[in-house]
Formats: sequence, structure tokens, C-alpha cells
Amino acid sequence: MRKTSLVLHRLWQMLPVLIGISIVTFLLAQAIPGDPVRLIVGPRAPASVIESVRERYGLDRPVLAQYFVYLGNVLQGDWGTSIAFRTPVLGLILSRVPPTLYLVGGGLLLSAAVALLLAIGAALRQDRWVDQAVRLFSTVGLGLPAFWLGLVLSLVFAVRLGWFPASGFGEGLVDHVRHLVLPWVTIAVVMAPILVRNLRATLIEKLQADFVVAERSKGLPERSIFLRHVFPNSLLTNLHLLGVVAVYTLGIAIIIEPVFAVPGLGQLFIGSIVSRDYFVIQGLTTIFAILTIGATLVVDLLSLVVDPRVG
Amino acid sequence: MMAEREIAVTVEVGRPRVRFSRLTVAGAVIVTAWVAVAMLAPLLAPYDPDATDLRAFLQAPGSPGHLLGTDHLGRDVLSRIVYGTRIDLSMGVIGVMAPFLIGVALGVVSGYSGGLVDTVLMRLVDVALAFPFLVLVLAIVAILGPGLTNYYVALAIVAWVPYCRLVRAETLVLKRSEFVESARLLGLSHVAIMRRHILPNAITPAAVFVVTDIVLTILLGSGLSFFGLGAQPPTAEWGRMIAEGQNFLSQGWWISVFPGIALILLTLGFSLLGDGLAKQLRVRA
Repeated sequence: MRKTSLVLHRLWQMLPVLIGISIVTFLLAQAIPGDPVRLIVGPRAPASVIESVRERYGLDRPVLAQYFVYLGNVLQGDWGTSIAFRTPVLGLILSRVPPTLYLVGGGLLLSAAVALLLAIGAALRQDRWVDQAVRLFSTVGLGLPAFWLGLVLSLVFAVRLGWFPASGFGEGLVDHVRHLVLPWVTIAVVMAPILVRNLRATLIEKLQADFVVAERSKGLPERSIFLRHVFPNSLLTNLHLLGVVAVYTLGIAIIIEPVFAVPGLGQLFIGSIVSRDYFVIQGLTTIFAILTIGATLVVDLLSLVVDPRVG
Repeated sequence: MMAEREIAVTVEVGRPRVRFSRLTVAGAVIVTAWVAVAMLAPLLAPYDPDATDLRAFLQAPGSPGHLLGTDHLGRDVLSRIVYGTRIDLSMGVIGVMAPFLIGVALGVVSGYSGGLVDTVLMRLVDVALAFPFLVLVLAIVAILGPGLTNYYVALAIVAWVPYCRLVRAETLVLKRSEFVESARLLGLSHVAIMRRHILPNAITPAAVFVVTDIVLTILLGSGLSFFGLGAQPPTAEWGRMIAEGQNFLSQGWWISVFPGIALILLTLGFSLLGDGLAKQLRVRA
């Protein structure tokens, strides 16, 4: 019962943030240089068309009224029209969601797997060479440019060795996976260092906790102390990180999608910035914000369910 | 509590035996080396970085006169990397300045005043954090137009958030301490208390974060340049160079690969320095 009210409270808290997001995206369009109507209809449109568009987006009214027209349009699914693609923005964006979800989802899983292995190896052999190597990797990895790493991986494993396709997304699940292996590895190499740092520190901290001493003195085998107590506890401590990490991974996905020509949100975003396709930029900014608060919300709710101390 | 802190400071100042960890030293050496490369670029670079030589294009690394090879226009890759240091290094340092100043100022004011000011600022922070950082920067650059100056403007608009949060958290603790209480009883103005008593004590975590933030700023800036939204051609900038080599990956891998290695070595210096300082000053990185 208490948990239900916590969930409701959490949802209620999101309202001001959602309003804030809509104001920011609205201001983005306001800041565009030049007459926005010309942007929509092109430089040679007749006066009647200009008038009707001006009315549709409320551009002949005060700024505050324009904001509410914008909000109404967004809520009704009218996100404007792409100048480059000549299609409605919302549909265009939604068609690009699946590749990005594949990319971020798989990249997160691979990053977590790599980070867990490295962190456990390092924490169990603290200050030995395994640990030193993992720490070096986690420091160097922080400064790896993702777009460069993607390029180098595709040079070696696609252009030279021909093991994987260099670009694209393919057709069907198996083909998707084949195309996404190199982008996933890129994400994992860039993300794992951040995860490893936190996981290693928590594992080492928990290994020295009082409850571990107690279990040892009770005669529990090291193995079960680690697997049943230290490990789950450390995961729980790091659960809140998952939201931040997911959002960060989305950022990396945006950067490497153009490198591997994955037809997702990131490629569309970079492309629309280069071609100054403002309504697509505005729409994507909205979508990215929705994905961000969605990820944070899911993680919050998850820790509410998993962690007995909450609620 | 405060008495202890002050004694500790005098001891450290009195005896110049502050031992820097090996991490910090290694980081400082690498960063200093890069600063030297940037300053001595005309002496170190064997060629003019923008001089094209169409008789010597796509020369492999190690060919006579071109240690790291030449690009598709015959420009010497080593010379371009050496001159690029100036852009990429200063990009990191310039990029963090405005966010640091704005964030620290807002953090102190927000934490110290509390009330409506604090509420409004924190809602602003919530909204900024609702976007992936990269998306906000890219969206602002999209509106303002490409170029490094606009990148710095975008950073000033959005990158102050982490500094503000760090300093605000410290300020909230300091505000309740006895020495701030006494300062207030002595009749010091709020501005004086914030400036002379809160700020110096609250700034350490933010100052350490600057070093880490330089890494992020360089990575994002070179990424922007890679997509043609940052440094404009023919500027010798590492992200740009990586982009220019992209079309020649199979004939001339070195055009893209070496600038990337330079980026890694530059960011490594700041990462080591940041880690070392965080450990030394007992700040959670």
C-alpha cells in the first residue's frame, strides 16, 4: 500500500519536469533565426499558404499563446513536417526508434557483462596484476573517443578482416545482430570503464563489511559469502546508476550511429542538424527527453520493487 | 570541526611535504608535455600543417620525411597533429571555464539562500537533467550554427549543472556550521559570508571535477568537429582529421588512426590527474 503511494508520488513529481521539457523544446524553435513560416513552406510559397500555416501554428499570436498552441499540437501528434524528408516528423521519428533501441539495449547488456567480469576479477585480486590492468583500462577508457573507436573497429573487423558488415542495419533479427556486433562492442568498451569503477569500489567495500566478517567467523565458505551476500548487495548499491548509464549509452549511440550508418534516432539527429531540419531537431530533442525520464523512472520503480529498504 | 581543519591546513603549508601520488604526477607530466607541444608547435612540426603537396599524397607512415604519413591532400599528418594540439587542448580548457564559474556561483547562492531561489534553480537543474547532455549541446549548436565559439556558448548554457550541484551540496552543510554562525553574529553581510567563508570551503569538489570535465569537453568537442559542427576546415583539429580520413580508411588508415591516439593520450593525462587529485583531496569522483 505504502509502495503504491510512493509510485504515485513519483509520477506526480514528473509533471513539472515534463512542463519544463516542453518549454525548452518550444524555446529551441523560438530561437531559430529567420521567419519560421518560410522554413515550413519554403521561400516561394503564395501568401494564402503562408497565412494558413501562420494560423495553424498560432504564429500570429503572442508568445504565451504560441506555447499553448505548440503544446496542444505536440499532445495531438502534430510535430510539424520534416523539410528534408517531406513527411510528418512524429512518424519519421517513430520509424527510427527500433534500431536505436536494439543498439542501446544490446550495448547495455554487453557493457554490464564485461564490467561485471572485470570488476569481480579486480576486486577478488585487489592490487594484483589483474586489478592493476582493470584499473588502467578504466582510466584509459574514460577518454576513448567513441566515434574513433567505432571507425577503428570497422576498419579492422569489417574492411580488413571482413567478419562483420561495416555499416547498416540489415533485415531480420539475425542480420540485425550481425550488423550491430561492432557498434555493441564500441559501446561496451566505452561504457564498461565507468561501470567498472563503481562496481569495483563497491565490491571491495562490501568485502570488508562487518557482515562478511561475521559470516567468515561463522565458517561460511568464501564462495557462498561472495555469491549470496557480497555480490547481490553490491548490485543493489549500484542499481541507481543504471538510469544514468542508460542515458549515457543513448548519448554514445547518437555519436556512433552515423559512423556505422545505423538508421536510428542518432543518425537522424546528426543528419537533421547538418541539414538544418529544425522540426526534426525539435521532435528528437523531445523524444530523447522522454526516453531519459522514462529510463530514470523505470530504474526508480525497479529499486522500489527490489530494495526492501525503500518504502 | 573547523578548528581541526584549520590546523591541518597550517601543517600542510608549513611543511612542504605534500606527497603527490604517482597517478597525479604521471597525469601532470603528460598534461605538461602536451602544453609544451602546443606552445612549441612551430619548432616541433616538420611541415606547415596546411601545406598541401599533391606529389606526396597518401604516403604511408615511415616514408621519407613523413614519420606519420600524409593525408589525401599530401599534408603531413604529424605536423597537423602537433598543430591540432593547440585547438584540442585549448578547447578543453576554454570549454570548462564558463560552466565552472556559473555553476559555482549559482551553487553557493542556491544553497546559501534556500527558499524560492533554491527551488527555482533546482527545478531548472531537474529539467536540464531530463535531457541527455549531448542532445542539449547538439540542439543548441544546431540553432546557433556550427563552430567552436557556439560550442562554448552551448556549454555555458547547459554544462554548469554538475558544478552547481556539487557546490550546493557542500554549501548546505557549511551553512549550518559554527564558523558561519559566528560570522553572521559578527555582523558580516550575506555576500561577504558567501564569498569569504562558504566559497573557499565549498569549491574543492567542483575544482577536482574541472579536470574530469576537461576530458568530457575535449571528447564532445572533437566529436562535434568530427560531424562538421565544431572546428571548420582546413583547421588542423583532431576530430576533423579523423573525419577527413574516414573516406580513405582502406587506402590510408593512418590519417584517422593517429589523431585518435593523440586524443587518447591527451585525455589520459587529464584522467590520471583528476583521479589522483580526487584521491588526494578525498573527494568522491
